[in-house]
Amino acid sequence: MRTSEVTRELAHLSDEAVVALMARSHDVALAELYDRFGRVAWGLALRVLRDEALAEDAVQEAFLTAWRTASRFVPERGSARNWLLTLVHRRAVDLVRREERRRAEPLEAAAEPAGAKGADDDALLRLERERVQGALAQLPDQQREALELAYYGGFSQSELAERLGQPLGTIKSRMFSGLARLHELLREPAPEREPWRTRPSTS
Amino acid sequence: MADETIHELTAAYALDALDEGERDAYEEHLATCERCRDELGTLSEATAALAYGVETPLPPPSLRGRILEEAAAERTNVVPLRRRPAFRAVAGVAAVAAGLAIGFGIWAATLHDRLGDERSASAQLRAALAVLGDTQARRISLGAKGSLVVTPSGEAALVTNRLPAAPAGKTYEAWVIRGGKPEPAGLMRGGHSIDVLKLKRPVPAHASVAVTVEPRRGSKSPTTLPILRGRA
Repeated sequence: MRTSEVTRELAHLSDEAVVALMARSHDVALAELYDRFGRVAWGLALRVLRDEALAEDAVQEAFLTAWRTASRFVPERGSARNWLLTLVHRRAVDLVRREERRRAEPLEAAAEPAGAKGADDDALLRLERERVQGALAQLPDQQREALELAYYGGFSQSELAERLGQPLGTIKSRMFSGLARLHELLREPAPEREPWRTRPSTS
Repeated sequence: MADETIHELTAAYALDALDEGERDAYEEHLATCERCRDELGTLSEATAALAYGVETPLPPPSLRGRILEEAAAERTNVVPLRRRPAFRAVAGVAAVAAGLAIGFGIWAATLHDRLGDERSASAQLRAALAVLGDTQARRISLGAKGSLVVTPSGEAALVTNRLPAAPAGKTYEAWVIRGGKPEPAGLMRGGHSIDVLKLKRPVPAHASVAVTVEPRRGSKSPTTLPILRGRA
């Protein structure tokens, strides 16, 4: 298929170069970006929303926002990967906050890891996941709880303060210390940061 | 908000744990605070890593194609607006919306509200506004609940009034009917006092436009009777 041949041609480009091509309305660049991050985006949206239809909406809207706003991406402010995953996460969080039913669920549900759904799992994605989960496990419990409920559960800092019965300042400092520590822990080099290269597009 | 307090929001912002008002205030602050930008750069690396901490089942195979298809459709619809710098595009939308006040009475105020809602002023809406702002466009009534605006080249936007939100698992689908054959022209959800949909297909003279209720991903041809119908 023509598209996948061209997509492979872009495989040597950095994420940032792919976004630059996307800003010039090259749709093969959008396809390439999806092939690199679609799976992580899907896993993330599904984790936050826990509903396949909503997760599809979140991923689709995030990639289309990336498509529309690629010309405003500034590489100096952060990587293309962070930019895209932030779009996905923010969209998922916006959607989950609109879903009234989540509000009634107990807090623990948001912190539980999803079941072993990755039957067709990718070895490098699994290594990366184990590395991140390993780093999370080294955080003090209260910091880990704040990060997981905020990032995976989509709870705002005010909601967390209320639900955990803590002052807002305490929640803020748990989030800050947790993220800063996580950043330190993850600084040791990753085994391989370009997992897409082992999975040529099959579509 | 006191300036010293707002610096403390960086971690919550990186985690998307601010509510909308706080997020806007923080972004305004970020534009002027180098210290926060630096800190955010560092903390965002950690949040992006968190994204990799989840199980990663394969996404539905159809998702990729749907995204690419939608992107291609948007490109053909909105090239003139996309090429402007962002702030001018937004100003352009506001100007078009303001222009509607003359041509379309009360719509403008409601559209302004919707533009506020949709922070990214979606490309779909911009394309629709370009049609509504065309001074040569004709307005065709579809009864009390809606109207169709068609430019001389056949570009068309559907505007509905108080269309209730589509039932769970359903969507509204617009159709352009030529020679008795309905062709899908876009999906909408309803639920606002005004909903605007730029049709994906041109509406030639003597074609009809209809709206039906369909399963949430839309159908290839209508499966229910039209709730709105009109002839161009």
